[in-house]
Parts: sequence; structure tokens; C-alpha cells
Amino acid sequence: MSTVDTEPPARKSGRLSLRVRLRRDRSLLLMTVPAVALLLVFNYVPLFGLLTAFQDYNPLVGVWNSEWVGFDQFEYLFNDSLFWGSLGNTLYLSFVQLVLFFPIPIALALLLNSVLSERLRNLIQSIAYLPHFFSWVLAITIFQQMFGGAGLLNQFLRSNDISTWDIMTNPDTFVLLVTSQAIWKEAGWSIIVFLAALAAINTDLYESSAVDGAGRWRRLWHITLPGMAGVIMLMLVLRLGNALTVGFEQFLIQREAVGHEAADVLDTFAFYYGIATNNYSYGAAAGLFKSVISLLLIWGANKLAHAFGEDGLYRK
Amino acid sequence: MTETLTIERTKEKREVTGRKPVRHRKRAKRPVWEEPPTAAGQTAKGLTLGMVVAVVLVPLWIIVVTSLSTQAAVNRAGGLVIWPTDVTFEAYRVMLGDSTVRNALLVSLGITAVGTAVSMAVSILCAYGLSRSGSVAHRFILVLLILTMFVSGGLIPTFLVVTELGGYGQWWALILPSAVSVFNILVLRAFYSDTSVDLIEAARIDGAGDWRILWSIVLPTSRAVTAVVALFYGVGYWNSFFNVMLYMPTDSEKWPLQYVLLTYVNRGNGLPGSVNAGFGTQFSQTAPLSLQMAVVVLTIVPLLVVYPFMQKHFRVGVLTGAVKG
Repeated sequence: MSTVDTEPPARKSGRLSLRVRLRRDRSLLLMTVPAVALLLVFNYVPLFGLLTAFQDYNPLVGVWNSEWVGFDQFEYLFNDSLFWGSLGNTLYLSFVQLVLFFPIPIALALLLNSVLSERLRNLIQSIAYLPHFFSWVLAITIFQQMFGGAGLLNQFLRSNDISTWDIMTNPDTFVLLVTSQAIWKEAGWSIIVFLAALAAINTDLYESSAVDGAGRWRRLWHITLPGMAGVIMLMLVLRLGNALTVGFEQFLIQREAVGHEAADVLDTFAFYYGIATNNYSYGAAAGLFKSVISLLLIWGANKLAHAFGEDGLYRK
Repeated sequence: MTETLTIERTKEKREVTGRKPVRHRKRAKRPVWEEPPTAAGQTAKGLTLGMVVAVVLVPLWIIVVTSLSTQAAVNRAGGLVIWPTDVTFEAYRVMLGDSTVRNALLVSLGITAVGTAVSMAVSILCAYGLSRSGSVAHRFILVLLILTMFVSGGLIPTFLVVTELGGYGQWWALILPSAVSVFNILVLRAFYSDTSVDLIEAARIDGAGDWRILWSIVLPTSRAVTAVVALFYGVGYWNSFFNVMLYMPTDSEKWPLQYVLLTYVNRGNGLPGSVNAGFGTQFSQTAPLSLQMAVVVLTIVPLLVVYPFMQKHFRVGVLTGAVKG
């Protein structure tokens, strides 16, 4: 069975008037009302809230009566070294995650796919998916217990009279720390996509190429990787499009331990210098900046995918 | 958006034969054309996969063992306990006797139960409402939904809307703003679109309306996808902590378990209610490690109870394909 987006035969509506169709589909329309209403209130109305980026928003008088200041907030923003610091951290983290994180699920999927026993494969999969369902608070607590000042690693070092090594509070290695946390939590779950791509490759191809004398590695290069190329490209497009989104709670929770210089990213910047200081317009300006650049990135990454002859996020 | 998680439809066949449906690409034996594996290759493979399993399970094991240890065992180990020596449930007794933790547990369970129920009801209705192709305006509504995946007001405008609606300090602020996941609706919709049209038409001829069809035909044949989406929603509510920080940061009565975990274990602060509630220094800064680990275990247990029943639905066989509007 497949859940490919196949549309069942359409209701015959060619010759029916709109009134008749509305009558016929009124239950269906009614069913969508709660979800649409929630999305309108909590997703579409906030879009108008982005106007506050061009205001000096005052919570006491609301959006409609706050003073309009044009691009002043953006001027402050672009002269704020803390903002550039957060942007720099964000881009740096994105790059490191792309290099260190991105290949791991692909490699694990290949490895797992070669396990012959289905039961063993399912067992490993279930265990590898598990951390995805943990909260960031929990994931970071676990890391702290393993690598923190009082954690397992230092407990071992101390008992062997080796000087301790506190990974959790070191701003210099923070990039590697958050990347390994992200890998621990999400790499297992990311396998799913690639396993699905692997399962879709026609096994006859392997057989005929093996008969023709292609070895293990040549089959990997000429059959497996081309078969996964579409999904890999799609994931790459998503990753590039989300280059300004590197995580939020993960940084929020650890900011206290490593300091804001290492832990501030664009999303936490909007929180700390917007909401936490009641400087809403400033935070909204930072948010708007991020949204606009992100849309451009998604568009650009898609262009890139098309240039490589892949579908990307949407088709040409 | 591409949805790749494949969930098998509840099959009638399964009840008839009493056997699991045949899975895609079942390969019990190595195909004859494949060269035998090298010893080095097998060892490397085993070690790598063993490590993947170990990095997940070993920390969990250590945390559980420490939570079951006596103070003496913790002292002897110099911290975390790797092998159980004298098992005691003392830490759990103290923890569940603490009013802040008990309260947080109830809050977490409550938010998760109510939130998941609201989200599921709204999503199932919407997904079915959009799944009958040719119905009025379903394309338009679908585009309206999908757009929210790409453009959003972001953190601050959403916060302003919720507070202007009077949501600060209110329970609904933890549920309603994130009650709808368009992604989950698309997963459900893809499944519902796939429900046998013949079956639905037959029911329609027998006089069943759309509500009846959803309840009696579509839902019973989609139990697996319902379970998985409920798990996604439930985990989201159980794990949420930032919206608490945003909408009720000072009200410790309304803290969920994740917030207690952060304050007490991660930050190492005492719990506000505990000192006043007469538990003395039990929950203060120098609380026993076993007690801290018991709090960690408490946040994992509900997931571990539900997970084994859910993970069998994460069947990876067929690419679901792009769930595009």
C-alpha cells in the first residue's frame, strides 16, 4: 500500500452550480472551520503584527496607536554588534551542522539497510529514533550528567587524578557541543527519510549489475547513491533554506552556562532583546529580517536544486 | 513538504489470517549474487551500530540506576552509579511526596491530555474535510494551510497576539497557539484521500453523510496513522517548556514537569514550593543525586510506556511521496 498523494476520482461537479455544491459540501467545509480559525488567529493575524517592526510599539496603546518610526528599528539593528554576533553564530553553526551532521544519517541509513535480519534492523531503528521524542531540557540534562562538571566523564577523570574537563560551560567548544547534541537527538530520526529512499530502489538493478561484475563499492556509487540523490538534494535544500534556523530551546537553556556571546543566535536574539526587555518592535524587526532572508534562501536553494536537475521543494 | 514516514493502513487481512502483513523488501537471506561479507567489514558495521544503540541506552541506564540507588551507593561511586548495588525506591517516594513535583506532573498530564484531544479533533476534522477531492474550496483552504509552513509572523508578533487576547497566565495560551500542526494534517489527509472510494460511495448510497463516513469508515481504517499523529502531538505537549517560560514564568503552580526538570536538575536551583511546603532541604540545592535522577526518569516514563506501542507503526517501506497541495 502506499499513501502517495493520489487523488480519488473527483466528485462530479462539472455542471453543478456553486450553490448546489456548497449545499452538498457544507459538512466538509464545516469540518475545516476549527483548524482554519486557529490558523487565522495564531498564524495569519501575527503577520500583521510584523508591522510593529516599523513602529515604536507600546503595549499600553496597542498596534494601531503606536508611533510609526519607519526603518529606525532596522537602523538600530544593523548598528548593533550583538545582532551581528548572533547572525555570525547562526551562520557558523549552520555551516558546522551541514558539514558534521548532514552526512551522518545518510551513512547510518546505508549501514542499517545492509543489516539482513529484519528484527534486528527494526530494533536498532526504534532505539535510534527514541531521542527525537525527548525534550531539549531532557537531552541537555542527559548531556550535563554525562559531560558536565559533576558528570560521569569528570567523575571518572577525578577518580583517576586527571584534571577535569568541563565541556558544558566552555564557550570556545560550544559549537561542537551543540552540534553533537543535535546529532545525538535528531540524527537517528533523520534516517527515516533515507531508508525510505533506499527501499524504493529497484533490487533487480543490484542483481543485474552484480552479474555484470560490479563490486560492492561500484554498486553503491552507480546505483545506491543515484537512487538517493533526489532525497539528499531535497534535504539539502531544506537545510540551506533553514540556514538561519539552528534551534531555539537548545540555546535558550544553555545560554546561562556558556554566556551570550557564544549562545546567542537570531531566534534567541529576538527573544532576549525583544520580549525579555519589553523592546517588542526591536525583536520584531530582527524576526522580520530573519523571515525575509529565509524566504530568499529557500527560493535560492530551490533554484540550485533545479539547476542540478532535481525537483527540490517544489517543481519548476 | 515531503512526508516520508509510511504508516501501514489497518488491514482487514491481518484479522483474517492472524499474521502480520507481508512487509516490503523482506530479505531474510543474503541474495546469491551478493559477495560474502568480509570479516573486517562485518566487525566495523557491528561496532558502529552497537555504538548507535549504546549512546542512547547507556545514559538512560545510568540515570535509572542512579535514581534507584541509596545515598551510600552514590557516595561510593562518587556521583552517578553505573551498576546497581542496593536498590531503593526512596528517591521516588520523596519525589512524589513533594507538592511541586506532584503538581507539575498533574499539569503536564493535563496539558498533554487536553492538548492532544483538542489537536486531534481539530486535525482529523480538517484533514477529512480536505480529503474529498472536488469539494468546494478545498484547494484554496489547502493553500491557506500550507502557506503557514513558509511564512510566519515569528515569535514576537505571536506573543503580542496571545497577550492582547488576554492569554498571559492562562492555560489556553499553552495549547491553542500551537494546537494545529499543518504537517500532521497533511499526513492524515494523505491517508484519508487513500481510503477506498468504493466503500465511501457505497456508504453514501446507503444514506451516510460525511460525519458518519468519517466516524464509521475512515477512522476505523486509519487507526495506525491516528496513533502516530497522536504520538506526535502528545510528545509536543509533554515536551513543551518555552511557552510556559513565555506566558507563565513566575507562576510555579502552573509549571509543567519540563520546567521543574530545568529549574531543579539542569540549573540546580531549589524548587520554590518545596521549601515552603515543609520538605525542608530535600529539594534544595544539595539534594541527593538520586532524587534529581528520579525527576529525569519521571519525565521519560510516559514516553517509554507509549513508545513500544507506537514505534511498530513507523514502517519504512514506501516513500509516501511529496504531500503537496
